[in-house]
Amino acid sequence: MIEFVLNGRAEKIDQADPNQSILEWLRTKKRLTGTKEGCGSGDCGACTVITGAPDNNGQIRYEAINSCITLIGSLQGKHLLTIEAFREQPAHPVQQSLMDCHGAQCGFCTPGIVMSLIALHSESAPGDADDHKLMEALAGNLCRCTGYRPIMEAGRQALVQSWQPGSDNHPARYLARADQADGLATADDTSMTSLEARNGNQYYAPATLPQLKRLLRAHPDARLIAGGTDLVLEITQQLKTLPKLISLERVRELNGCQLEENHLVVGAATPYRQFHSQLSGLWPAFDHLLERLGSLQVRNRGTLGGNIANASPIGDMPPALIALDATLELEGPEGARELPAEQFFKGYRQTDLQPGEFIHSIHIPVPEPNQRLFIYKVSKRLDDDISAVLGAFRLTLRNGVVQDCRLAYGGMAATPARARLTEAALLGKPWNQRSVEQAITALSDDFSPLTDVRASSAYRLQVAGNLLYRALLENSDLHHLDTPLMVTDYA
Amino acid sequence: MRKLPLNTPTPAHSALGVVGTGVEHDSAWLHTSGQARYIDDLPAPEGLLHAAVGHSEQAHAWILELDLSRVHASPGVVAVITAADVPGHLDIGPVFPGDPVLAQDTVEHIGQPLFAVAATSHEAARKAARKAIVKYQPLEAVITVQDALEQQLFVRPGRRQQRGDPDQAIAGACHQLKGQQHIGGQEHFYLESQACLVEPTEDGGMFVHTSSQHPSEVQKLVAEVLGLPIHCVQAEVRRMGGGFGGKETQAAPLACVAALLARVTGCPVKYRLSRSDDMVQTGKRHDFFNTYHIGFDDSGLIKGADLMVAGRCGYSPDLSDAIVDRAMFHACNAYYLDQARVVGHRCKTHTVSNTAFRGFGGPQGMMIIEQAMDDIARHLGKDPLDIRKLNLFGPGRDVSHYGQTIEQQVLPELIAQLERSSAYRQRRQEIIALNARNPVLKRGLALTPVQFGISFTAKHLNQAGALVHIYTDGSIQVNHGGTEMGQGLYIKVAQVVATAFQVDVARVKVSATRTDKVPNTSPTAASSGSDLNGMAALDACEKILGGLTAFASSHWNVPEEHVRFHANQVHIGDHCLSWEDFIQTAYMHRISLSSSGFYATPKIHYDHDAGQGRPFLYYTNSAACSEVVVDTLTGEYRVLRTDILHDAGRSLNPAIDMGQIEGGFIQGMGWLTTEELVYSAEGRLLTTGPATYKIPAVSDCPPDLRVALLKDSPNHEATVFHSKAVGEPPFMLGISVWSALRDAVSSLSDYRFSPPLDTPATPERVLNAVTETRRWVNQQENGQ
Repeated sequence: MIEFVLNGRAEKIDQADPNQSILEWLRTKKRLTGTKEGCGSGDCGACTVITGAPDNNGQIRYEAINSCITLIGSLQGKHLLTIEAFREQPAHPVQQSLMDCHGAQCGFCTPGIVMSLIALHSESAPGDADDHKLMEALAGNLCRCTGYRPIMEAGRQALVQSWQPGSDNHPARYLARADQADGLATADDTSMTSLEARNGNQYYAPATLPQLKRLLRAHPDARLIAGGTDLVLEITQQLKTLPKLISLERVRELNGCQLEENHLVVGAATPYRQFHSQLSGLWPAFDHLLERLGSLQVRNRGTLGGNIANASPIGDMPPALIALDATLELEGPEGARELPAEQFFKGYRQTDLQPGEFIHSIHIPVPEPNQRLFIYKVSKRLDDDISAVLGAFRLTLRNGVVQDCRLAYGGMAATPARARLTEAALLGKPWNQRSVEQAITALSDDFSPLTDVRASSAYRLQVAGNLLYRALLENSDLHHLDTPLMVTDYA
Repeated sequence: MRKLPLNTPTPAHSALGVVGTGVEHDSAWLHTSGQARYIDDLPAPEGLLHAAVGHSEQAHAWILELDLSRVHASPGVVAVITAADVPGHLDIGPVFPGDPVLAQDTVEHIGQPLFAVAATSHEAARKAARKAIVKYQPLEAVITVQDALEQQLFVRPGRRQQRGDPDQAIAGACHQLKGQQHIGGQEHFYLESQACLVEPTEDGGMFVHTSSQHPSEVQKLVAEVLGLPIHCVQAEVRRMGGGFGGKETQAAPLACVAALLARVTGCPVKYRLSRSDDMVQTGKRHDFFNTYHIGFDDSGLIKGADLMVAGRCGYSPDLSDAIVDRAMFHACNAYYLDQARVVGHRCKTHTVSNTAFRGFGGPQGMMIIEQAMDDIARHLGKDPLDIRKLNLFGPGRDVSHYGQTIEQQVLPELIAQLERSSAYRQRRQEIIALNARNPVLKRGLALTPVQFGISFTAKHLNQAGALVHIYTDGSIQVNHGGTEMGQGLYIKVAQVVATAFQVDVARVKVSATRTDKVPNTSPTAASSGSDLNGMAALDACEKILGGLTAFASSHWNVPEEHVRFHANQVHIGDHCLSWEDFIQTAYMHRISLSSSGFYATPKIHYDHDAGQGRPFLYYTNSAACSEVVVDTLTGEYRVLRTDILHDAGRSLNPAIDMGQIEGGFIQGMGWLTTEELVYSAEGRLLTTGPATYKIPAVSDCPPDLRVALLKDSPNHEATVFHSKAVGEPPFMLGISVWSALRDAVSSLSDYRFSPPLDTPATPERVLNAVTETRRWVNQQENGQ
């Protein structure tokens, strides 16, 4: 049974197929059809809804998520807000501005855009959101009609206005008074929940590490699900049934992010959005990357542990973690162990995880003197795209000489991998154009990348080398410091 | 009947929301509050079943065996049908035959429907449809345009337009250039995928709710597959979640399948496509292979041109004949080609049958001459804008290669205005300086024009009907043959009606498009929606007004000239009545308050065999100036600024038109930049969802976007209130981005080399252009 609040009213689901997405449940069971299916894969944002849950301080935090790739089990203890909460007058400033600015044409993407902007509005004081935040909030919402200019304009207008819904019975009243969230779970809820379908499909959502371990022992055949931003595609795109799921989302020990001595320790089930600022504070190169990893809807759900365990050769975080020599803390029936991130990836979508084992946390070293990290993501589109090539370079320079370097790439091999021959060619050399140009020639010995829909093999090799050259330009006096070097400097 | 002075602008102080005001979309609140209903949102009728089809996994093959036993046995399945279960026509080709609703014994593309399933849920139907066991005998498959050209495999015969002797003109010119280009296709990516809901009626007919730009064709084809007279089937379209041409012919096959299943089961059937099925099963914009051979003088003036455009039509004709025609009409874009030949090929490939998409072949045709303009400029060391301006149609050079005179020449002045307002020359200099300073990032600038012909090139489609009712409280309901896909047609027609009666637009409601209200409608396409349906509605209003005026004249005993409708009132001599009171009085005196209206576009004709005529009533013009920055290490780029000046004539609704212009530009930019359809060698589409197929997202919109409508430019033709069509023309403004990308890359050669840049110009293709340009520069340096 799961319990949550839908547009201000308590909901209880006793028995239901846990393979159901929130979108499917809303549209077919509740007949709430304002939320649309545009793609069913979390890439267009038409299905955007808002979920609210208490943070560690007991404040309700509202976030935009893709309801098409979020399973109903994840609603436990949350407040779900859909466009139906905004059918009453007065119109929310976001809605009014969209009308005033002619921000809807066919209207199909509009409810999702409204929800993304309302989520941003709910966490912004009037006037403190800028174009950058607006674009971040909207990067996961595709519109095919308007070209976005009027939507941005509407966002600008709406975000300088405050809003109080009309009456106490207004279904969106929680948004206006985020501290009064009666009926919602509290942060210290430690009870396990589960959901089972008539056909036997099961979903368990443990709240503590011991509960998780017990479940793993009892159900060795279960699949682990965290944010589900990739796993749920098996249901919606491949039409698979996932009969037994154990959710890591609520396990408190796997959530959170803190500095311990020389490491930032990130719980495996921590969504990107919750460690973004701390990680970028340590290593600023992550700031740009995390803004371009999926969309905000995806980053509100997707987790660091999920990105690693998924072991995609084009996942964005693994190359950076390998470059930084991060360590994974794994837990399993045999106890805990630590493994360098690099050794975790064994082959195409194969990992070193043993049966019953899971990722507990990720330990990311803090910078040492003279160390610098460069991360470059190259994709067809700036927003919400998957890398063709991603280069992550950690360089330690002393007196202009490369004392240490770790060059890791995504998109170049069956796994995220280091360019060891290229590293060797750079090591001990002066950090200059000649050394880099020589080192780059070793890349074709390090990698034989594939040609696929995102890029050709030749392009990947050429760009992989050029990214290293860019790092040189960025970290040398080869160009005027005030000259931008990346097109993203204009974004 | 008295001639009412309707085709004149209206004073601003009249009723609210008349033509010329930027009224918001009639569904604005429904859209923003999620209450607007699309097909999948309609309440489910009792006993609703859901459809899915099983489709071919082979590009070209004989079907040896189709084993559907596992499909029948799949949970929730109620009925399974094949071609053998079609009582009426099997072929549902919209213009020419070639599209079986379900494959019979041969398949001609991956994704072609083989059989259809009705099941108790959408998911059950989709799962069942994957369970067939099909044995194929593979046949040779032709996948690319080149292969089709080599094998001379066409869906329709090629055509040619010619004036004078281009070969001699080219040979005799001071300079000759040849070039070629591949222009990629485009997925419509309407956010609402294809959908319909079909309900059997009591008399064996069908009621079809469809998301279609062409309800009359849906009606006709559903009737035909069922073997019924057309009057047994009705189709209704309230709105589409985007169309862009993708729902002109592509919605009908779904409705036919759903109707066949509804007939077999006796139950209502809903059929909506998942995104990936939509991308695999439905047609897209044609990709093209184009070549040019031109001769020009030292100034860059073209003396002779030999152009070839070849479109990948896919396995069947669909609308390809007319689409390649339009590519041929627009192969000159805005330029006078003195001695010219344009040849167009309709290539047959074993891929999905490509279809209408905003611009309808026009964009693909324009690309070849725009490439030539840049190439001439590089060859002569001149600014591409000067070459473009030099070659524009002008006095004494105003007849197109297909014989139509360009009567209203807007572009010379429009380009001059845009050149000034965008500070083109100044920025050209700034860019040269910036590029010299930056080792990695290079900027590019381009100003390109659009001249797009308005009318269906199939003459009979240039007609429209409308139905206008005034109810006794003075409220007005309008129905017309056009469909609403977000482009704001309903509100524009409502404004036309409000203007005709001089009442507030709030009194006018446009109801869902239905085949039983206005029959035999043309598709809402070719940018013609407001031109045709606006005029038809106006005709209906004029008929009603004629009766009302005559009544007022006789009832109050004043001359008809003294009856005036103004600002929600009716002035009759010295009397003044409110609109409502007047209507109530007219009703009590048994005056008709309802009329149909009709419009047929005048003046147009075209001889396809001779390749000569006047296919278009007029042209819509615009131009865009785009500035880009290119990363020469990765080929990544951003569009930094775009200035657009567009001629909408006397705009019916400037706000709606601005939306069309901005949205069209971004869609055109996406077509030429990030939207890449990738096929395997076997003809399988590999980019089947937004994870791999990238339409523009929010930060692709230029941070500095300045769009303006050309002032004081009424249409010289007698169109509705002298407006101009706006749907498609802005799409081709995206060409400015492509040309600017080439400009940025060309800067690496000091603008001496014109880099080839096939589209979509993904970062990879841009980087290849960079590499090729650098290679050329090295060769020049080593050679010297």
